Amino acid sequence: MLTSAILLGPQRHMRIVKPALDALLPDDGRPVALASPGWEEREGEDQEFREHVGRTVVNLEVWTRVERIFERDRELLTAMRERHDMLRRVQELYRLRLQGALTAARELMAKPGKDVWLDAERHDALVMLQGIDSQHVERVRQVHDKFEARWRPAERDAVQCEKRALQKLLADAGCLCLAGGHIAVLLHRLRLFDVLGLHGDRPIVAWSAGAMALTERIVLFHDSTPQGGGCTEVMEAGFNRLPDLVALPHAKKRVDVGDPRNVQLFARRFAPAMCVLLDDGSRIDWNGRRWSAQSGTNRLSEDGWVEEVGA
Amino acid sequence: MSLLQRIEDAVASGSHAVDELIATTEFPHVEGRSVTFLFLGEAQEVTLQHWIHGLPDTLPFRRLRHAEAWVLQIDLPPRSRMEYKIGVSMFGRSSMLRDPLNKHTARDPFGVNSVVYGQGYSPPEWSLEDAEARKGTIEERHVDSKVYGDWRPIKVYRPARFRQTRRYPLLVVHDGFDYLSFANLQQVLDNLIHRQEIPPLIAILTQANDRMREYAADPRQADYLVKDLVPQMEQILPLVREPSARAVMGASFGAVSSLAAAWRHPGYFGKLLLQSGSFVFTEIGDHDRGPAFDPVVKFVNEFRRAPGKPADSVFVSCGVYESLIYYNRSLVPLLQDTGMHVRFREAHDGHNWENWRDRLREGLTWLFPGPLWLVYE
Repeated sequence: MLTSAILLGPQRHMRIVKPALDALLPDDGRPVALASPGWEEREGEDQEFREHVGRTVVNLEVWTRVERIFERDRELLTAMRERHDMLRRVQELYRLRLQGALTAARELMAKPGKDVWLDAERHDALVMLQGIDSQHVERVRQVHDKFEARWRPAERDAVQCEKRALQKLLADAGCLCLAGGHIAVLLHRLRLFDVLGLHGDRPIVAWSAGAMALTERIVLFHDSTPQGGGCTEVMEAGFNRLPDLVALPHAKKRVDVGDPRNVQLFARRFAPAMCVLLDDGSRIDWNGRRWSAQSGTNRLSEDGWVEEVGA
Repeated sequence: MSLLQRIEDAVASGSHAVDELIATTEFPHVEGRSVTFLFLGEAQEVTLQHWIHGLPDTLPFRRLRHAEAWVLQIDLPPRSRMEYKIGVSMFGRSSMLRDPLNKHTARDPFGVNSVVYGQGYSPPEWSLEDAEARKGTIEERHVDSKVYGDWRPIKVYRPARFRQTRRYPLLVVHDGFDYLSFANLQQVLDNLIHRQEIPPLIAILTQANDRMREYAADPRQADYLVKDLVPQMEQILPLVREPSARAVMGASFGAVSSLAAAWRHPGYFGKLLLQSGSFVFTEIGDHDRGPAFDPVVKFVNEFRRAPGKPADSVFVSCGVYESLIYYNRSLVPLLQDTGMHVRFREAHDGHNWENWRDRLREGLTWLFPGPLWLVYE
């Protein structure tokens, strides 16, 4: 686990990385490392970030490095594409079973009344959901393990070359900033270089998908997609550097908090982890022992309401 | 007091009372399923001219107390849209007017109509300009068509943050210039891409030189798309060169042309978006749609006999106020039997551009689901 980190909501409209950085690290001249592979080909568009933080910024260019590796190591590219297809298949299969279990859990939560039999069914429906999620995380882990064992990416020349360069860049950095974007791209590319391992226990400021990546599990969610309500699902394990928290960026847009049963089911499914809504201006700090949130940062409560973290 | 009674009282009280009524009451007035139209002016006959299949073509207004005030009440189901004009006749001369009391209008290539929104309908916010959404670009180009033996104007929509190094899915749009003008296509694409509901894509907007002929299942149009347009675009634009990343769409005759192109070149386009297709067919005897439909009917009859599997996925939509609803409903089970993934959506609307605009989100996000689920910026 990290000893100091700050998680933030989206930074497009309300930029609060700078005060977070200032809280974690005095401006002692050491550079800030920026990892934004989730921005994909826009990774290099960091000018606004640099102006905002007003410190020396080193862009790690993780996405670009992986693209370079793909140019040099076509075998690895093919293998990663195969893994991608496999992960997609595993996710689709998981989704099939999940949808049925979620429908049942929602119907049980919606049923009026309260008696021991209904409570028992609700409890078991939740346990079933949690079981399906856990099995899925385990299956995804197996896919990654097989990939690692078969292709040993960390030992490949092209990867080692880029990793050494990253190691140098990170050596002097006082803090790592982890931006949002495409969560799968972000997670898999950071993992390829073990960026968090290279960074060690130094402080991290992360927002949106970057915040999601640091937690135990990546939860994908959207209650109002164009094709109807989405089915909240687990993608896979995150880096697990921060405990007991599910990060929910853009929650106002994506979570139907007006439906207490939806909130209740969400919060209970992922309990004991705290489901934190990371909207514009949200901030939650980890000091190695406990979480503390800035005023106005909310969580989903197991009673079906949205409440301030710490309330 | 009912609205009709209030109108009658105001008319009886004089112009000041009528002015006050108009100032305080929106017309057409929608209350539940009931819509009340009011027309003020000199006339011998006033009618509502609309394009709703199933109702008489014109609906007469009722004159109030020999005054220059006319009213009409009709039933309009919730979430409907109805485009109309007001027909005014006097001394043997008739004219068609936009409703002077109605601020809502809808445009098409033939002009501007008034439009009334049924209860619960409002233009979808995703179809309106969103200041937050990054804007794509439109470039005018020409295609050297060997098939037609001429140069054809097209427009190319590139998404915001376009990169030549990336590969994009392709959407070919029949009547594309009209989709831009009358169905807010650019705003729709900008917004859906910005919201990650569809992936960034390139749209090629085509416009026919002789629409009623070229879009009437003309084999040249199918060849033009497949042999001229798309290959030339693939030379200059970074497109994913796979059927699964290639869609063709259109409305009315444009939908016929889209289906015909996919049928004549099965598997070339993986996705079809067909809006209010003029899929007129005959089971027996002749059709009554006029000679422009002859090649369409011939094609649809042939298609019905041997549909094959033109594409992988097809989104079909049609307004229930269109006469074409029968043909579109008939087409759906046939499409399903081909093994294609089919989604069919009916709307309480007519054969018009705003109906087609309003169905774009569902159709495009179904055919091209975006990375919404995975992107948290």
